[in-house]
Amino acid sequence: MSASNTTTITSIGAPNRRNTELALLVFAVLIPVFAYANVGLAKNDSVPAGLLGYGVGLGLLAGIAHLLVRKFAPYADPLMLPIATLLNGLGLVLIWRLDQEPSLGKAMAPNQLMWSTLGVALFVGVLVFLKDHRILQRYTYISMMLALALLIAPIFFPGVNGAKIWVTLPGIGSLQPGEFAKIVITVFFAGYLMVKRDALALASRRFMGLYLPRGRDLGPILVIWVFSLLILVFETDLGTSLLFFGLFVIMLYVATERTSWIVFGLLLSAGGAVVVSSIEPHVKERVQNWLHPLRLAPNGGVTETAQTMYAFGSGGIFGSGLGQGYSRLIGGIAPKSDYILATVGEELGLAGLMAVLLLYALLIERGVRTALAARDPFGKLLAIGLSGAFALQVFVVAGGVTGLIPLTGMTMPFLAQGGSSVIANWALVAILLRISDTARRPAPSPAPSPDAEPTQVVRTQ
Amino acid sequence: MSELTLTVMRLGFLAVLWLFVIVAVQVIRSDLFGTRVTQRAGRRGDGQPRPPQQRQQQAAVAAAQDRRQQPQNNRQRRGAPTKLVVAEGSLAGTTVALQGQTITLGRAHDSTIVLDDDYASSRHARIYPDRDGQWIVEDLGSTNGTYLDRNRLTTPTPVPLGAPIRIGKTVIELRK
Repeated sequence: MSASNTTTITSIGAPNRRNTELALLVFAVLIPVFAYANVGLAKNDSVPAGLLGYGVGLGLLAGIAHLLVRKFAPYADPLMLPIATLLNGLGLVLIWRLDQEPSLGKAMAPNQLMWSTLGVALFVGVLVFLKDHRILQRYTYISMMLALALLIAPIFFPGVNGAKIWVTLPGIGSLQPGEFAKIVITVFFAGYLMVKRDALALASRRFMGLYLPRGRDLGPILVIWVFSLLILVFETDLGTSLLFFGLFVIMLYVATERTSWIVFGLLLSAGGAVVVSSIEPHVKERVQNWLHPLRLAPNGGVTETAQTMYAFGSGGIFGSGLGQGYSRLIGGIAPKSDYILATVGEELGLAGLMAVLLLYALLIERGVRTALAARDPFGKLLAIGLSGAFALQVFVVAGGVTGLIPLTGMTMPFLAQGGSSVIANWALVAILLRISDTARRPAPSPAPSPDAEPTQVVRTQ
Repeated sequence: MSELTLTVMRLGFLAVLWLFVIVAVQVIRSDLFGTRVTQRAGRRGDGQPRPPQQRQQQAAVAAAQDRRQQPQNNRQRRGAPTKLVVAEGSLAGTTVALQGQTITLGRAHDSTIVLDDDYASSRHARIYPDRDGQWIVEDLGSTNGTYLDRNRLTTPTPVPLGAPIRIGKTVIELRK
């Protein structure tokens, strides 16, 4: 055997990157402050009065989060917290900017700031109290029950704008339990697949280049599929059902390395979507709007899809500038939540929209990177599941707003107005940071094994 | 507010946003860790004996690398090995610099040297320095055993310079 590959391997330790994180955080707080001043100057010809308070508030939130990460997760990934802070800050500015339009209803930004504070509080709580992500593994089946309860709960409450995804608590407001169910069900999938993956991966027959799983192993995927279809039928929420089914298929693929699961998943979801969209009027209308955006809606107006298209078109490459767009003309139900990307596209243009989408991509990349670096299978599956859920949500919203897929009622994580979403996503980032802290922590120096002592080699020179 | 100011702010904001993205990507770039694998010159996979000229070249490259590592090795004794070389097996030619760290061998993907060898266990053996800087090889309860020369290891054993450590079809030596 000749020296066919002459390679040198040296190990590089993962450094503690907290100072990088701090620098990026300062940057991430300054950008929204700049945007805030920009909106004020464009709309009212003056720097907004709340600039200092707003900047200090966002800085304080980020600073507290940073200090606690320094204390409780010192080796965690340096990018996730700054990116989440920047997206949340930009979202606050955009909501405040839309608040300046009297036609869009009452101001939402103060509420959103309060929800963001709660979100950061939950982030800190998860970091402080969740010492090790493997603790979650003990609650595999409890999380399944909890997720089912969270998903079923909205059926018993009246729908808002055609979709039943809300739980109204009298006196407190309304919650979107689906956002929290996303995290809880990932815990269940990770715990379940960690145990079952060998059976799913190995016990299969080969047929036409695809590995067909056994009937009884196919059971769980069919149950999840039926369940997500039921969500679609009873809650008329395309986004949530797509999210759950897609999440399951992603985690199944990662756990078993079998491409056949992806094929099955795509076939099942396509079949389900076609059947449901032909019988369910609400979903059918969404699909019709997507296929024929320029057709006039039954009420004589343009469809929402067409309005967002006009917004993107009017923005062009560099946008109209913050505060100078016409997002108030999007007469849809939710310009501050579902269509916030249309405002980004109009006022920051293609360049700005791409930057924002890249920020999401970077956050997801760090999540996948955490999954790669994690040492335990449960942590790997949990990290890939959480970043997969995040990615699917971004895809469903961005795809819906830009007209790639039918529009669904989901919120852009961190950016859009909505309390449940921002709180749940801060918790999601906290769990990812916890896993990445465990994954990047340098291995402890090997302790001298006690049983080696008696047979120790003694050299006498 | 003048049109010019607003245009400058609009483009400035986009620039700042993209600057953040670029800085974030730079952080990712500087954040890669794990093991660094350097391909050296003189790759030949044909199994033919090399002309002496080429061998000299490779020796020169290796010597240059050794010189570079010299400052780190100053504190070590004279005659101490500076690198671990895989002499036979599918990883033949791979070297690992010895810098006082424990080297783990096995099929497990987090080993320092990941053995793709049917006869290796997932955590097969480890090689580590004792207090005097003498390198010790220890079998970690492997199925097919670790051999130093011809003897199967039962206890942690010091490794002389150049003695072959056999794991399945893989042979590893410590060299200066």
